[in-house]
Amino acid sequence: MSIVTGQPKPEGTTKGSADSEKWVRMYRQMLAIRLFEEQVNELYTRALMPGLAHLYVGEEAVAVGVCEALLNDDYITSTHRGHGHCLAKGASPDRMFAELLGKEAGYCKGKGGSMHIADPATGNLGANAIVAGSVGIATGAAFSAKYLGTSQVAVCFFGEGALGQGVLYEELNMAQLWKLPVIYVCENNSYTEYTHYSETTAGEMTARATAFGVQAETVDGQDVRAVHEVAAKLVERARRGDGPAFLLCNTYRHHGHHVGDINREYYRSRQEERTWATERDPIKIISEWLTAHKHADAAQLGEIHAELKSEMQKAVDFAIAAPYPGVDKASEDVYA
Amino acid sequence: MPETKTREITFAEAVREALAEEMRRDSRVFILGEDVAEAGTPFKVLSGLVEEFGTKRVVDTPISEAGFTGLAVGAAMTGLRPVVDIMFGDFITLTMDQMANQAAKVHYMSGGKWRVPMVMRTTLGAARRSAAQHSQSLHAWFSHVPGLKVVLPSTPYDAKGLLKTAIRDENPVVFFEDKMMFRMKGPVPAEEYTIPLGVADVKRAGGDITLVATSSMVQVALGAAGLLEEIGVSAEVIDPRTTWPLDEQTLIESVKKTSRAIVIDEGYRRYGVTAEIAAVIAEGAFHYLDAPVKRMGAMHVPIPFSPPLEDVTVPTERSVFEVARGLCNRS
Repeated sequence: MSIVTGQPKPEGTTKGSADSEKWVRMYRQMLAIRLFEEQVNELYTRALMPGLAHLYVGEEAVAVGVCEALLNDDYITSTHRGHGHCLAKGASPDRMFAELLGKEAGYCKGKGGSMHIADPATGNLGANAIVAGSVGIATGAAFSAKYLGTSQVAVCFFGEGALGQGVLYEELNMAQLWKLPVIYVCENNSYTEYTHYSETTAGEMTARATAFGVQAETVDGQDVRAVHEVAAKLVERARRGDGPAFLLCNTYRHHGHHVGDINREYYRSRQEERTWATERDPIKIISEWLTAHKHADAAQLGEIHAELKSEMQKAVDFAIAAPYPGVDKASEDVYA
Repeated sequence: MPETKTREITFAEAVREALAEEMRRDSRVFILGEDVAEAGTPFKVLSGLVEEFGTKRVVDTPISEAGFTGLAVGAAMTGLRPVVDIMFGDFITLTMDQMANQAAKVHYMSGGKWRVPMVMRTTLGAARRSAAQHSQSLHAWFSHVPGLKVVLPSTPYDAKGLLKTAIRDENPVVFFEDKMMFRMKGPVPAEEYTIPLGVADVKRAGGDITLVATSSMVQVALGAAGLLEEIGVSAEVIDPRTTWPLDEQTLIESVKKTSRAIVIDEGYRRYGVTAEIAAVIAEGAFHYLDAPVKRMGAMHVPIPFSPPLEDVTVPTERSVFEVARGLCNRS
């Protein structure tokens, strides 16, 4: 992935330009995440997946818009709802599916599962199943980058539920004190599990960051171009040594808290879900923009869709066929 | 044996020397904690380090134990070797998610890909009149968690050699120092040395009873052994030095020889380190035992402030002596 610093030039850009390539690549990545998650849901429904998974459907523009602004050796930390972050940072679907199914070929040899995918090769420090559990890790990675003078940047993804955890504020304080190159990306998907954020969150979200002097931005998390533009600016700023930032992305979780959360009327309406899935769907928004501005035509997008669908099917087939780890592996990797 | 220069230095000096030597050897090693720089901690263990290594490598933090411990986990994963200073062992409660859910599990959850080579230095021990939130010995908590190693030095020599090894270890290591021991002097070679984790040390050889003692309780056990000698009982004192990894073999072999054992540790007796070690001995030396394995630890109460109350909460030379005498049927 290359670093993108230029402003988008939506009007009059011709098909095949560098800009077109970039926006189409981001569309492809978002769609890959969508199709990946649809397969995950399918695996769950068919009882092929052990445990549960938390789907990222509806939030794809955040992971993709942010990760497109990163270099391969930049760091990310992710969450229980982390498939999108891992894929956007470069994970390959076959080994992701293998991990979700607990197979030896998975990213963590089947020991981590859906909520703990980690991959040093793509700078992925790991998804974390403790809410706000990785804010320290991401801040520490930024500390290393500064200490070692590597110019790497760390991005910490978390949901708005993490705003309830005190350790986040300890990290914001130190990151700003020491001008660490870390971006805290808050994905406000409106629901902390089964509770609307307004019932759990006093005051303004971004005020939590600005109280420490941390630069805060708010962006429409359904618009990948908007996310990317702001993220690229904040990443460059951090890389220059100008310190941390807090990026609030307003988004929406199409599915339930996890794949088994089917009956949701008690905490949100069908109408609300329909509105977000139709009018505010991030993939619909980018694909309409791509065709309207002639970065791609419908046939091209259709080809991408078909390619990805086939890729995901192959990846799932690979994972289903892959062997489980031998039981002797249970006691390996406790200590390095 | 080559001729070695051995000096008498304090426990605090031994810790400081270990840190300074490792920081000179490896530029990735740095110290992170509250008042570690110019103040050198309230116990002055770190005095002088910031003058040599600067504030980049001796980093004063806000009072945010969870925050800077979590930061250390991430720094360790990405190429540094943090040594975190938790001023009082009681404050480890604030770091528990970072240590038990993050540091301890990162290597395993990532299928062995990420490593967390960090050290947490903290304290244990009562008897400083510091009351219930500055006196606990909570090393059993970390010993319970797979993925962590736990070190309990009892002499300046052990402190230096074990801390150097801990810093070089590829895993998270928690290093407990007895607050009462910082001024204790002992012989320490001037030359470079390290001590492996997981190797017990026989502090005193004997044939009639084994006293397994950790950290602050090693001196207590040695004192009790002196009293026992006066009544003709020869006590062997063994210091495991690390609760994990645990040198089970040395403990079992000693008890096979002596047939009697008392395990003494300043943590709470209930569900504590003494229970684990007693079980190891009971399983490993069952047919050699002439008496049940006894356990002595802190009384199951929050540590009280008032001196006469605090003093009865931890084992003493006299109380260990009495229990040993009973086990050996000497009246």
